[in-house]
Amino acid sequence: MSEAILRIENLSIGYDAGICQIHALRSATLEAHAGEVIGIVGESGCGKSTLAAAIINLLAPNAIINSGSIYYQGTDIFSLNKDAQRKLRGQDIAMVFQDPMTTFNPVLTLGDQLIDFQQHLEGVSISEKRIRATNLLARVGIPDPSLCMKRFPHELSGGMRQRASIAAALLMQPNVLVADEPTTALDVTMEAQIIHLLRELRSDYQGAIIVVTHHLGVVAELCDRVYVMYAGQVVEQGLVDDIYHAPKHPYTSALIACDPAHFEEHTPILPTIAGRLPDLMNPPQGCSFAARCVLANELCRTTVPPWVKISQTQSALCHKASQ
Amino acid sequence: MFSAVESLMRTVKSLSRDPMGFLGLGLVVMFLLMAMLAPLISPFDPLKINVQSKFMEPSLAHWLGTDQLGRDTLSRIIYGSRTALSISLTATGLAGICGLLLGLVAGFGPRWLDNVFVLLFDSISSLPMIMFALAVITVLGPGTGTLIVVIILISAPGYARLIRAQTLTLKNSDFVLAEKSMGASSGRIILLHLLPNVVGPLVIILSMDIPVVIMLEAGLSYLNLGVRPPTPSWGNILYDGYTSIRSSPTLVIAAGAPLVLATLGFTFLGEGLRDALDPKLQLMSLR
Amino acid sequence: MLTYAIKRSLLALLILFVVMLAMYAMVFLVPGDPASIALGPRATPELKQQLIERMGLDQPILSQVYHFFYNAVTGDLGYDVWSKRPVLAEILEAFPYTFLLGVVALAWALILGVFLGCAAVIYRGTPMDRILGILSVSMISVPSFVVAIYALLIFAVWLRWLPAIGAGEIGDPWSQFKAIIMPAFAVGISWVGYLARMVRASMLEVMGANHIRTARAFGLSERRVVFKHALRVAIIPTISIVAVGFGSILSSAVFVETVFSRPGIGTLITSAVLKRNYPVVMGTVLVMTAFYLIVVTLADLLIARLDPRVRDVLRS
Repeated sequence: MSEAILRIENLSIGYDAGICQIHALRSATLEAHAGEVIGIVGESGCGKSTLAAAIINLLAPNAIINSGSIYYQGTDIFSLNKDAQRKLRGQDIAMVFQDPMTTFNPVLTLGDQLIDFQQHLEGVSISEKRIRATNLLARVGIPDPSLCMKRFPHELSGGMRQRASIAAALLMQPNVLVADEPTTALDVTMEAQIIHLLRELRSDYQGAIIVVTHHLGVVAELCDRVYVMYAGQVVEQGLVDDIYHAPKHPYTSALIACDPAHFEEHTPILPTIAGRLPDLMNPPQGCSFAARCVLANELCRTTVPPWVKISQTQSALCHKASQ
Repeated sequence: MFSAVESLMRTVKSLSRDPMGFLGLGLVVMFLLMAMLAPLISPFDPLKINVQSKFMEPSLAHWLGTDQLGRDTLSRIIYGSRTALSISLTATGLAGICGLLLGLVAGFGPRWLDNVFVLLFDSISSLPMIMFALAVITVLGPGTGTLIVVIILISAPGYARLIRAQTLTLKNSDFVLAEKSMGASSGRIILLHLLPNVVGPLVIILSMDIPVVIMLEAGLSYLNLGVRPPTPSWGNILYDGYTSIRSSPTLVIAAGAPLVLATLGFTFLGEGLRDALDPKLQLMSLR
Repeated sequence: MLTYAIKRSLLALLILFVVMLAMYAMVFLVPGDPASIALGPRATPELKQQLIERMGLDQPILSQVYHFFYNAVTGDLGYDVWSKRPVLAEILEAFPYTFLLGVVALAWALILGVFLGCAAVIYRGTPMDRILGILSVSMISVPSFVVAIYALLIFAVWLRWLPAIGAGEIGDPWSQFKAIIMPAFAVGISWVGYLARMVRASMLEVMGANHIRTARAFGLSERRVVFKHALRVAIIPTISIVAVGFGSILSSAVFVETVFSRPGIGTLITSAVLKRNYPVVMGTVLVMTAFYLIVVTLADLLIARLDPRVRDVLRS
């Protein structure tokens, strides 16, 4: 495979909570290549939003990078100065945010904002920027794009706004597009439309798309490869088909079992994963999932599990994965 | 009772962690002591005229000098704190009670009465404060009593609005509805549920308005429309100083300082109290 | 938008009506008739009778009320008891001075206040933010007339840089400018603190909003984020505060004008109150209340224009 556009190595990020630190992300490693769509999936609080914020370099002020690095086309983002980091944002790495209702400034028209977002484009006149923005709005399926440019965000429906924010993210033709829960705030029909749009965009988009979601269905529909996260760690990664049909990590299996879309028959009790997330201030000694895992033994509780390579494309962070 | 003591302790504790609030508390306590102990600590009779020793510069006998009638400035300022605090505390206290009653009536009374009250509160609040005050003074004639009436008239509607809003919110809250469903009387609901919830914010707003009232008292007395001479007030001492500002600036400097310190002290204390008790409370005071 | 404008204006008119009624009622609620109060105990009966007739006090109350309103609407606010000049003329003469004072005071307060507020946002959480906070509270709570008197003492009496009294020579902008410096400083100072505080609070609220994160995610510079994206949203609540605060500007103006013996509404009404010059007091209160209501109503309309969300709620 070619050199990855984005490579995250051993990234650990914590949040300063006064007397202690919350370890939101622990040794996460991830790769994204041009032309592929990868999914990052996990339940709330697993660190996937922290990971997304780290990629776009917009971590909360109290976040601390404990170790690791993010390489964009081979250069370490954290080694760049603030200005260069800022120029990377929007231009090379763009983001589609979760809540389309609040993504845009309420007192500026959509056109104003879409033009303003192109400020790094040098030698391009305002009217050219306007045309670029209008064309992109048309590209994401907004019916009357030039009218839409004159509208304020609140005048558009949620689905239209999410289309507009996808258009905004594509404005600078970034190499990496991060979509943080792009459909979570939408209702079901809108969700289907947005997924459809993202799939359609894949065909002529050159860069890598990273979709962050808690929704396995979205991953199945959109992604080539998937990273499953639990308690701040990536616990399994592989091609979507492999992960769905032959999950190797017990957490992945449990997660798939809990997805209502997979129920074959009527069940009186919805399956859940027993237990709670481990305390992220003092992460457990051994495997993070040990306390909730049905297969766990003494080894799991005391020793950090190794990465077990299952195939060329799939690996899992589990003592039992090879069995 | 226990909970009241406990919450007072907590308030003092959290105030002590806020240096400006603590400074405010210190200044306020100082002025309160000054007002209460005025006869004991003032070196001279504030009204004693001695024309021979007029416009004296500060000396060992007269620490802050004397005014145009030879009265001791320090004594007059000490007694002035008595005037300022007694008027502002009485007036804001009365205004608070009026506001509480009006607000409860508006919140609990029939719909038409509520509408009339709201229009009235809005009308008075939408008058420029000083214009309203001057109109009332013209009708009633200047004096201490008028001053108190003016303060009540301009501030009570604001308090009534606050109480009314709180009452309406609480009236539809689940615990009051539950109590009602069990057949509780309005009186019981007001005493048991509304008052305890409504008094806290009111006290904070009152404490934040005290410096404004002190300022208004001094300002109107300065214009000769408030406390009548010869009763010492920081405002009329300031006026005496103003008329002789070229010949003897000591008087004006001496009279301005306590006024600034008192308004600062009460403001810092009020802010500290708000931060300690109810940080979400919006500033809706007289200003 | 138009319906909203009409609705707001009608409400303002209703409030003005209530205020007039209340003021008129007040005169009759107090013991003693207005004529003898105005003239004092030593007035001759003939003089009193003259005044009663001139003020229309011998007519039935309803017709008095009717005349009062009729005259007020047609711009006839009666005559000054002492100078015998029309009240409206006196008000119109004094008004520009006070208006200019208010505008100059507010202008410098706005510039400095918004600047300090933004500075506090940029340095949020640092000792600088804390110092600015204490400074703002101090500026808010210092009485304007004490500031005026101290400024007068320092700059006019001791240093002799600025004139102590008056509004400057007519037709001489330089002397008028020198004369307005100290009054505008005294009137504006509490507004600097107030605005700094308001701007800081609403900016901090806006800076936490998602759309600011979006702007950052597109790599916009911090300055562009603060001044184009955040300030546009944060300035809206400030407008209504400024309008409502016009009332307190007027209060400061009354005291400060007296300190500097500067002609204006403040000097006019204080001397009228001292002399119990009823028509002047009533007329001034009425005109200033009306002006205040106009300012507040205009501010509401301006907010509706600036905030597209409000504008749309109103349209529907």
